[in-house]
Amino acid sequence: MGVEGIGARVPRKEDKRFITGKGRYTDDISVAGMCHAAFVRSPHAHAKFAGIDASAAQKMPGVIAVLTGSQLREDGIGDIICGWMIHSKDGSPMNMGSNPALAFDTARHVGQAVAVVIAETNAQAREAAEAVKVDWQELPAVTTGDAALAPGAPQIHENAPNNLIFDWEIGDAAAADAAIAGAAHVTRLEIINNRLIPNAIEPRAALARYDEAEEHYTLWTTSQNPHLARLVLSAFYQIAPEHKLRVIAPDVGGGFGSKIFIYPEEIVCLWASKKTGVPVKWTAERTESFLTDAHGRDHITTAQLAFDADNKMIGLKVDTIANLGAYMSLFSSVVPTYLHATLLSGQYVIPAIHCNMRTVYTNTSPVDTYRGAGRPEACYVVERLVETAARELGLSPAELRRINFIREFPYQTPVIFAYDIGDFDASLDAAMAAADYAGFAGRKAEAEARGKLRGIGMSCYIEGCGIAPSAAVGSLGAGIGLWESAEVRVNPVGTVEILTGSHSHGQGHETTFAQLVADRFGIALDSVKVVHGDTDKVQFGMGTYGSRSGAVGMSAVAKALDKVEAKAKKIAAHLMEAAEGDIEIVDGEVRVAGTDKKLGWHEVCLAAYMAHNLPEGMEPGLKEGAFYDPANFTFPAGCYICEVEVDPGTGHTDIVQFVAADDFGRIINPMIVEGQVHGGVVQGIGQALLEGCHYDPETGQLITATYNDYTMPRADDVPLIDVSTTETLCPSNPLGIKGCGEAGAIGAPPAVINAITDAIGNNDLTMPATPETVWRALAANATAQAAE
Amino acid sequence: MANVSMTVNGLAVERTVEDRTLLVQFLREDLGLTGTHVGCDTSQCGACVVHVDGKAVKSCTMLAAQADGATITTIEGLANGGDLHPVQAAFKEHHGLQCGFCTPGMIMAAVDMIERYGGKLDEKTVREELEGNICRCTGYHNIVKAILAAAQ
Repeated sequence: MGVEGIGARVPRKEDKRFITGKGRYTDDISVAGMCHAAFVRSPHAHAKFAGIDASAAQKMPGVIAVLTGSQLREDGIGDIICGWMIHSKDGSPMNMGSNPALAFDTARHVGQAVAVVIAETNAQAREAAEAVKVDWQELPAVTTGDAALAPGAPQIHENAPNNLIFDWEIGDAAAADAAIAGAAHVTRLEIINNRLIPNAIEPRAALARYDEAEEHYTLWTTSQNPHLARLVLSAFYQIAPEHKLRVIAPDVGGGFGSKIFIYPEEIVCLWASKKTGVPVKWTAERTESFLTDAHGRDHITTAQLAFDADNKMIGLKVDTIANLGAYMSLFSSVVPTYLHATLLSGQYVIPAIHCNMRTVYTNTSPVDTYRGAGRPEACYVVERLVETAARELGLSPAELRRINFIREFPYQTPVIFAYDIGDFDASLDAAMAAADYAGFAGRKAEAEARGKLRGIGMSCYIEGCGIAPSAAVGSLGAGIGLWESAEVRVNPVGTVEILTGSHSHGQGHETTFAQLVADRFGIALDSVKVVHGDTDKVQFGMGTYGSRSGAVGMSAVAKALDKVEAKAKKIAAHLMEAAEGDIEIVDGEVRVAGTDKKLGWHEVCLAAYMAHNLPEGMEPGLKEGAFYDPANFTFPAGCYICEVEVDPGTGHTDIVQFVAADDFGRIINPMIVEGQVHGGVVQGIGQALLEGCHYDPETGQLITATYNDYTMPRADDVPLIDVSTTETLCPSNPLGIKGCGEAGAIGAPPAVINAITDAIGNNDLTMPATPETVWRALAANATAQAAE
Repeated sequence: MANVSMTVNGLAVERTVEDRTLLVQFLREDLGLTGTHVGCDTSQCGACVVHVDGKAVKSCTMLAAQADGATITTIEGLANGGDLHPVQAAFKEHHGLQCGFCTPGMIMAAVDMIERYGGKLDEKTVREELEGNICRCTGYHNIVKAILAAAQ
């Protein structure tokens, strides 16, 4: 408790360096003798090559070396892997195509790196890269999942016939089919979840330095998980044994999942730094980011939701093709499977569910986790079906949902996940009240008088995060465990350092993690420092993604704090000749309950380190570590309501209101949580209204490769977001935290599309609902009406 | 090569640089003022906004040579010694930043906007004026709140 403890709306400690321009992002860092890397990238979506002619490039000013994929291979650098094994229905393992960091004979997407130029300046490197000649032999390319599976499509990897990576399923097909066959009503939708490009505003970067004398590498890089990077670089990419590789993720300018992976560029910079003997830095240009950052989403789905005569859901059948791009990225296999299909029950009792998932190679950038990672796709399918069904059945969207809400917990869904706790009615009630849902009809009429079409749409989402119980994910194919680590170091003077395996790239951990200590011992937030991001300083941890820092990272801190608290109490009891059970730590003081005997927190800490008078057998010091392995996923849930006004003349959509009512369990800092919801919702609005990643189907060129063509949400595209929370504490971790980082991106898109389709009276709308798309849908209405 | 001299955050500087050097590169690489950031290659994102002769300018759209003789203020020059500029303080108070990468450009754009409007800003105007600054983290909600608060 207290002004700086759990639940407090504390401004961030870390802000000072960011608001004064003293942040240290990877591109800000320079080392003596540093040179620059520029990659030679394929201009073709699919092409073979036999020779790279670097002769002209090597002669250009400042050029130190031109290195190729063949050389990388000769030096034994390993291929990039996907770290999660998924098997097809027939038991065969996923068809993982070989994925070298520098291609040596085939490029499979525009922008794939085939060589690297190292030069003294960035400009020299980029100029020389343009002078490298590659004898490209263009091959036909395919860019969409369905076209790639069709007979006769260009074959992208030899070991993946028809470009199929895996054909997976979950649930009970027979039961779902039977439900649909016997249903009183079936709602059917064809759904596209549009491909997105994460676009963190900081472009990816890597700075690698090899110390010849120590035979030791240092890598600064834009990573959400430096320890995982070190492990993978060492164990799979053969850069160096772990103890000879230090990875530092300094200030990182946003990740959203795109900075989880270990990309070709950091592998190559490390390798090149040893090969050339100079430190090597690379920073992406924005177009490079568009081309090479892992993309998100890209699902083509047919879905059917079956109801009985009482409007109760009896079955759900989903069939999806997921486009994974040209290569399997690190977590690409789990995003459309265990992070997606396991959420298809939504907030509803659905006795029979089946999902068939086919993943496919295409000549596009690899697809992997992007904020929500599989759960936005699931929520979009379910919530579009439910809203559509309500319209077809003549029920209000709220009514149909309430008839089908899960109300008894724990609830075992037919798709592996068992929801531990929730109160879906509470979120729906809160959202409807905040949105003045009842008053919508009046607002609609008023808008109509102004010539505008008003619509309202809702989305009752649930997601699975706080990733994840290690044994469970191991049994599902994960190549790693998903616990988290923390060390709490109390200094002799009573200040505290938390060393966490979590990484902060915008989430405010330097404040929120410190709040846990302030809360526990009643010491000032300013006395606590959070250390993260450096594999030399911090014990192994799994990093930040999957909304896990609160649920998993903070739980590790809490466990370590338990140990510190216990030891401090033992010392205090000994010093004050009291029973351990009578010791309380409150407001920075260590007291014997019911007496006026007390010591200052700092006195107890000092005693631990002076070791002059410790209990018999106790080691000096006050420093404890913990590893926390989650007992379960967590299940944040909520209700979002979006109200829009569409201009029928232009098809332009104005979001006039967006209400978010979430249940995140325990909230450590409401200000931080609201910020996460704001940011997630706006990314969701981006997907629904603005963002579209387009590849030319003939040439495979990425035609949305700059901010001119790919429409990022800007301040005048979105309103203020009304954020409120209800709370059902998560039963599976000590603090009761569910997590909040991805909910906005998960819940928002269906709310927006449900609102626009309501406004225009046409349910056939594909994201992004650009003015042209909406205008055409309105025109289609007019045509249909004229035909009647 | 071009000889450029200008005043940056109150200090006179003079360097010889390649003609093609952008102002943002000059600030970051030649002067070591890395607070001004590069986020795109089409002048859209606004992470590079600085003040040139009192006006907000995207420093990726100017050559250093074009700034010869100018007075430049970057994010590093905004605070008055230990005292934060009111806009900086407002961004902290209202949680107008998360990863911090767009923040220097946002703050510089905000300072300029507040000056041009004489502090008379409403939500709609702030949002329109921020069209040239992209943020991926905050959803703009708290940035707008911070700027409106600082404007008062």
